[in-house]
Amino acid sequence: MPHPAERPLSPHLQVYRPMYTMTLSILHRASGLLLSACGFLFVGWLVAAALGPDAYSCLGAVFASLAARIVLALGLAAFWYHLFAGLRHLAWDTGFGFEKRTARRSGWAVVLLAAGAFLATLLFTPAGRFLAGAP
Amino acid sequence: MSGRPGSASRHWRSQRLTSVSLVPLGLWFLLALSRQPALDHATVAALFAKPLQALLASLLGAALLWHSMQGVQVVLEDYVRGRLLGASLAVIRGLHVAAAVALAWALWTLASGRAA
Repeated sequence: MPHPAERPLSPHLQVYRPMYTMTLSILHRASGLLLSACGFLFVGWLVAAALGPDAYSCLGAVFASLAARIVLALGLAAFWYHLFAGLRHLAWDTGFGFEKRTARRSGWAVVLLAAGAFLATLLFTPAGRFLAGAP
Repeated sequence: MSGRPGSASRHWRSQRLTSVSLVPLGLWFLLALSRQPALDHATVAALFAKPLQALLASLLGAALLWHSMQGVQVVLEDYVRGRLLGASLAVIRGLHVAAAVALAWALWTLASGRAA
């Protein structure tokens, strides 16, 4: 691989004044990276379940720790943000929503929908209540 | 990646394919988790012993790991330079392949009911 990145690259961030476009783009990447890590946790969870009850309860104890619950709750927030922001990207890919006003509105819609869905799953689902620390 | 004709557009198209499939698969997983009375071993083993749930989980795992690889690759290409880029891509690819193998084994074991 002599030139592994022969394609246009993202610009370096320091030269820009912070703007909502840039903030949302960074959030999309950051949430994607966090979800990648959560994907490995998903695999680990299924492997522990396949190994049997002992391995599963071992992992369960780790997941129940405060640090792990914070990571998993951030993962849940990242899931919703990445989902809605990803739909916005897919709409752009088909050519819709490029107009400045539309793009600003869809950006806000993504943030509000993600925040609402995150709070709803945190408060109203068993998995969310586990993350929120309910017994 | 190495600039072969069509490789970039293939990457772009397959990334859209995994994006679109992850919308229903991701929502299914969250819904499936929420509908369990508890997340103890017996419940989870029984859930993935059902053929449809095991199939959906394997589709989710495959799309998730593939999409993750594609996304991390793009981020690395943007911020890592030179020989370090090739090395980091190889490490990330190895991790994803290992995870895919582990996932396939786990779901096969769960689906065949041997983990219950």
